[in-house]
Amino acid sequence: MNRLLALGVCVLLAACQANSKDQVLAANASQVQLRSFQARAFDTTDRITTLRTVIATLQDLGFVVDKADDVLGSVSGTKLSGYSLRMTVTVQPHGASQLVVRANAQYNLQAVEDPQPYQQFFSALEKAMFLSAQEI
Amino acid sequence: MRGLWAISLVVAVAACTPGIPKEALQLSQESLQRRQLQTREFDTADEASILSASAGVLQDLGFNLDESETHLGVIVASKDRDATETGQVVGAVLLGVLFGTVPPVDKTQKIRVSLVTRPIGAPANRIAVRVTFQRLVWNTNNQLSKIEAVDDAPIYQQFYDKLSKSVFLEAHGI
Repeated sequence: MNRLLALGVCVLLAACQANSKDQVLAANASQVQLRSFQARAFDTTDRITTLRTVIATLQDLGFVVDKADDVLGSVSGTKLSGYSLRMTVTVQPHGASQLVVRANAQYNLQAVEDPQPYQQFFSALEKAMFLSAQEI
Repeated sequence: MRGLWAISLVVAVAACTPGIPKEALQLSQESLQRRQLQTREFDTADEASILSASAGVLQDLGFNLDESETHLGVIVASKDRDATETGQVVGAVLLGVLFGTVPPVDKTQKIRVSLVTRPIGAPANRIAVRVTFQRLVWNTNNQLSKIEAVDDAPIYQQFYDKLSKSVFLEAHGI
């Protein structure tokens, strides 16, 4: 019994980090996997309207905008609701007739690497865009 | 033995910090009500003048501008203020008298606001303004005691009363 407990503790400890600097480039999901649920394509080339719609959607979801840049096509916002949820959304041209919207989020001290919150974000965004969000 | 149990429990708890809540990015009925509360429309196509009137009101309210992006109609501002509440202090002093330890009370707060303008109609003949406030409160132990959105209707009503006045003043060059 004692041995089992000790083993359990060791396994749990091994899951913890040895060097906190590892967090700098840490990600749990692969690049391809992350992009597959963080990015969607829309059939429009109007960047400014898309950026404005992204901002409106963030406001709908309770975010306060931190920064917006129309040249880079990026918007960041923070939602405070007993927790802190920070999100950056970028809008980039994709081919001749599409734009790609990419989002990434951090919840308190963790990266959000779960597909579901992003699906919810894009479902709110596609309603506001009156266009469907397509997987790339 | 008991010590081991305690250690493994602590480690297990530390390893499983809760993830993002399911409703965090979900549109709800309240999101729409909040949108109505936080939005007003102005009968003008001049987005720049509405933005500058808005910046004026934020300055009237003591905010400093952190960011602005005119092409997207975004202004971000914040202010740091006192967060002491008399009721809380009285409660803390009473607890101190009764139990000998004074719990921390709210001390300072950072209030953040983003204001976004959006032309409506094609061609645009109105400008919608949506403002959202949030705040972070620190207590006397320098710990974050509140991080929240400000959703009180009177705050938004008062803000838009002031904005209407500012739009009028700027239109008349006052």
